[in-house]
Amino acid sequence: MNPALLRKLLLLAPLLLFLGLAYVVPFLGVVRWSFTLPEPGIGQYKALLTDPLVHSVFIRTLRICLAVTVLSLAAAYAIAYVWVRGSRVQRMLAEFCILVPFWISVLTRAFGWLAMLSNRGLINSWLQSAGIISEPLALARNELGVIIGMTHFLIPFAVFPIASAMRNVDERILLAARGMGSSRTRTFWTIFVPLTSGGIIGAALIVFVFALGFFVTPAILGGGRSVMVAELVYLRIFQSPDWGLGAAISVALVLVIGILLALLRRFIKPAHLVG
Amino acid sequence: MVSTRPGPIILLLATAVALFLLMPLLAVIPVSFTPARFLSMPSGTLSLRHYQALLDNPAWGQSILLSLRIGIVSSLIATALATLFGLGIWMLQPRFSAILIGFVLLPLVVPPVVSAMTLYFLMTALSSFNSWVGYDTWLGVALAHAVMTTPFAVVLILVALYQVDRRIDLAARGLGANLATRAVRIIIPNIKFGILTAALLSFVLSWEEIGVTLFITSVNAITLPRLMWMGLRDNIDPAIAAISVVLIVVTAIILAARIYLERRTDSDPQ
Repeated sequence: MNPALLRKLLLLAPLLLFLGLAYVVPFLGVVRWSFTLPEPGIGQYKALLTDPLVHSVFIRTLRICLAVTVLSLAAAYAIAYVWVRGSRVQRMLAEFCILVPFWISVLTRAFGWLAMLSNRGLINSWLQSAGIISEPLALARNELGVIIGMTHFLIPFAVFPIASAMRNVDERILLAARGMGSSRTRTFWTIFVPLTSGGIIGAALIVFVFALGFFVTPAILGGGRSVMVAELVYLRIFQSPDWGLGAAISVALVLVIGILLALLRRFIKPAHLVG
Repeated sequence: MVSTRPGPIILLLATAVALFLLMPLLAVIPVSFTPARFLSMPSGTLSLRHYQALLDNPAWGQSILLSLRIGIVSSLIATALATLFGLGIWMLQPRFSAILIGFVLLPLVVPPVVSAMTLYFLMTALSSFNSWVGYDTWLGVALAHAVMTTPFAVVLILVALYQVDRRIDLAARGLGANLATRAVRIIIPNIKFGILTAALLSFVLSWEEIGVTLFITSVNAITLPRLMWMGLRDNIDPAIAAISVVLIVVTAIILAARIYLERRTDSDPQ
């Protein structure tokens, strides 16, 4: 064998083989399940389009994902601005507040929100002891809890691409606008925000894609009452076994996300995914 | 004076966001000291009983040891594979680099639940012809975690490689060093902190992984997040609050270590 090819194989092949055998081949097995369980055919895909339960879950998922995307982007933009353009102390504080939650497990964070929001949690305890409410507010185990928990999880993922776009803005452009009499607010909305639009789109895409496939936070904070599509897959495998439908939903999710990523791929930089 | 520093409105908003980000982590602390058997705020007396429960119930210690073992093995697999791949991309500059990188990032962009199902399929298939690596075995979990964390390791190692000055590699090549010598003596020393960070992140991601683990374990390979999940789903056990406080403290220490390591590389004369 020629030595150049051998070198390529030695360095590149191990990971490609590993992922090929441990990921791509089994995924094809899942695709096969979607066409063969419980009986051969495209019945499961027909069920996807017609089953009212699946429909209501799709619509709820879309609604939650959109709300979470908008909220995470707004929150991420504000804190990213301080992280990039703030004073030294402000930058350090912002970085701490972004990175600490990012490194803490999704379970711990979801549990933290239960401690905040549940009937005997921090907020309800305080409000009740202050005499503002007599019955606890329903903050968790519903869609509101899911939106809060997912937004919290996804803010750091939205911050990285936005902050990267903000760092690339030439400060002199902003100074020029201010120097020519543009107010701080006007400079922000007409100069700064448009210059960072690439980062905003990249962040929106990452947040939306991650939100679509999420099931740990909704399972804990939704309390089984606001099931999202990924949790539905989990339930179809482990609670009311219908592997074929679970597999068909998985394949559909991958297709949707593949199309989204292909359309908007120029806004995604891999380095943004790890902070 | 003209300034582009954040104005009062955005500072106020950013402060609100910062509080929102830290709030649930802080809320766990008082809950962990409740004397009650259920999730509640302590009223009056504080108690360490839930911390005591972590020590008394051997399940917690066992799951921590298991998670450590799985984290170390999967991090070694992920870091080794990602380092070889990164070196291959950087040194050989193959055609279709972008496609190859996109391919290895797949487990990162595919929804976790789909990856979980895929790995469930793999584990049941492996179980049918061996009892070491497969469904509900610790090696199976380590293998599955390596699949999930390798993309993160690849990204970190590529980021480190793209900061290396190509001319030092060209110089080594010009002086007659072969590929292996260049990789081991020139390039790896220059990206060692990237490799360390990749290993650390792979470990942490495996340590806290729950989505895939839920699908591929049942009664034998109970990792720490798996045990927490069981305590969260039914009646919420306040011992979860105690273990969460421990995890938050440990994470803060690891993060501080990472920032310290990065500071040190920054101040190294290149």
